[in-house]
Amino acid sequence: MRTALRLGLSLAFAAALAGSAVAATVMGEAQAPKDVSFSFEGPFGTYDRAALQRGFQVYNEVCKNCHSLNLVSFAALTEPGGPEFTDAEAKAIAASYQIPADPNKQGQTYDDKGNRLTRPGILADHFPPPFPNEEAARATFNGALPPDLSVIVKAREGGPQYVYSILTGFGQNPPKGFTVVDGKYFNPYFAGWNISMPPPLADGAVTYTDGTKATLDQEAHDVVTFLTWAAEPKMEQRKRLGFEVLVFLTVLAGLLYLSYRRVWKDAH
Amino acid sequence: MSGPSTYTPSNGFTRWLDSRLPLLRFMNDTMVTFPTPRNLNVWYTFGGILTFCLAVQIVTGVVLAMHFTPTAAGAFDSVENIMRDVNYGWLIRYVHANGASMFFLAVYIHMFRGLYYGSYKAPREVLWILGVIIYLLMMATAFFGYVLPWGQMSFWGATVITNLFSSLDQVVPHMGTAIAHWLWGGFAVGDPTLNRFFSLHYLLPFVIAAVVGLHIWALHVPGNNNPLGIDVKGPQDTLPFHPYYTVKDAFYMVLFAMLFAVLVFYAPNFVGNPDNYTPANPLATPAHIVPEWYLLPYYAMLRAVPQKLLGVLVLFGAIATLVFIPWLDTSKVRSLRYRPMLKPFFWVLFFDCILLGYLGSQEPQATTNVFGLELSDLLLARIGAIYYYAFFWICLPVIGLIEKPKPLPQSIAQAVLGSHAAAAAE
Repeated sequence: MRTALRLGLSLAFAAALAGSAVAATVMGEAQAPKDVSFSFEGPFGTYDRAALQRGFQVYNEVCKNCHSLNLVSFAALTEPGGPEFTDAEAKAIAASYQIPADPNKQGQTYDDKGNRLTRPGILADHFPPPFPNEEAARATFNGALPPDLSVIVKAREGGPQYVYSILTGFGQNPPKGFTVVDGKYFNPYFAGWNISMPPPLADGAVTYTDGTKATLDQEAHDVVTFLTWAAEPKMEQRKRLGFEVLVFLTVLAGLLYLSYRRVWKDAH
Repeated sequence: MSGPSTYTPSNGFTRWLDSRLPLLRFMNDTMVTFPTPRNLNVWYTFGGILTFCLAVQIVTGVVLAMHFTPTAAGAFDSVENIMRDVNYGWLIRYVHANGASMFFLAVYIHMFRGLYYGSYKAPREVLWILGVIIYLLMMATAFFGYVLPWGQMSFWGATVITNLFSSLDQVVPHMGTAIAHWLWGGFAVGDPTLNRFFSLHYLLPFVIAAVVGLHIWALHVPGNNNPLGIDVKGPQDTLPFHPYYTVKDAFYMVLFAMLFAVLVFYAPNFVGNPDNYTPANPLATPAHIVPEWYLLPYYAMLRAVPQKLLGVLVLFGAIATLVFIPWLDTSKVRSLRYRPMLKPFFWVLFFDCILLGYLGSQEPQATTNVFGLELSDLLLARIGAIYYYAFFWICLPVIGLIEKPKPLPQSIAQAVLGSHAAAAAE
């Protein structure tokens, strides 16, 4: 860290000496995220329930192959303010995932071939990660680590718009003079422009069970809605309670103001 | 100014208690009949608001501690567990996290108010110094608290700040590093660091509460200063604290709580850094390490100095300077309302602090366009830091000697009620 600080200071010093301004567009500097709007924005915004369920489908069929969702439980899928799957639906979703099993009667957690023993998931389980550990993930992806998606929307400057822009920002031609690193992909919304993730979504990447046309834009929009819920599952409750609290405080402030005026009437 | 007690026990029990432990007498004298200048404005409500902030932080913090795991492996997930599975955990955590910002917002208003009306001058020097101690304790507590969620900015913020001590290597070789290792409980920020920071984060608020007690005690001996900066001359200048100031404080406290609620319920991550939602990783340094907004001016001053030890001294000197203000100011007049020469310098200081805060949030090599001129942030930060010091160490002593103050009103009552009514009140 000391070197980083020193580096920062010397860079700043050099910049001051040279009197140079950083140019507006620099090679590799992330583009501002696309201006796309979502149902959950604003003080009364809520999650579009159908978009959450479709977004879950996108995660479940595409993202989960590489990205974990460690902090989210299957039970959360049924809770109010979320995708609100029925208990039966959520149980079926849980059962479609394999969870590392407790030791069996012989005390084993691995079979004779060294494979981890598993059991179908239940509501109390969290989404299991696609790889047993970080090293296994990195070994599969040429050294890159797909980040956990539980709070990804809150962990990135730009939030939902940023994640949406990354998902839909592939397929453009890099500007002249910029070389895409071998094994990486060009995405101008990603800092450095070289992203290890191949384009995850495309038109028709999923077949929506509710019949919605699965365009790239639709898929990205839906999965970002789902991931925003995953990061902020209590948002609807929060905004509702906030409204009640503010109404209460406004009334209280009004009464206090009248008391204040009355008490001070004769004081000046 | 406290004067003789006017409390009279009303029944047998309170008479019995009063001769054994005069608790009710104390409460009556400090919170009910306490004579308070009748001209205190809105900026004087922040003392009460700050007490409210401290109480909120302690109550929410005690509950959070019940669910928090102070280990490198468990901290991040335990915070997320609070957000997801603890009943109203999201509310308690968002109130606590944003409460720190509201606390600092209030304390900065309180401090600038004290500077503006000369509340640090005799006979309130000890009151002021106790305030500086509270502010220092607040910064330490906030820093320890920011480390606890064990996100990227927690970890790297802790690394940067604790490494400030390693600059002492330049004084005595290896001493700074030894101190840093001692603070960490290891050779880097890690499990022992997190655990001890948690312990200190729980301890310090109670130390703050104790110093707040002293601060209020020291306030109640000379009594409140007031916007005119003149002494209270008699009962016509004051009003009993209750109901006049209890109702006024309560009204403004609720307005403050509304702003607080907007932040908690509608922009709970506005003051936070997105990087802190990524678990701490000692192997990956974030592109841009920044402290929380309330420490940014100091961060800008630290980075403005090319030599590390000097930078650290400039940082701590900026805080230490506050202790000397009562003796740096040579003027007999307290309130800036009557100090035409110092007043503009005060407002420049106010905007200087905001400028330094902005510069602290920017990347070190950035530039800022000032009236069409592209100036390096480093240059601006240096000018800002020099002005900060110059205000206290040059402007305060020199202007106090050469300034011709405006004539002061004869009394608070006269200024507030007019000479006629004041005479009637007497």
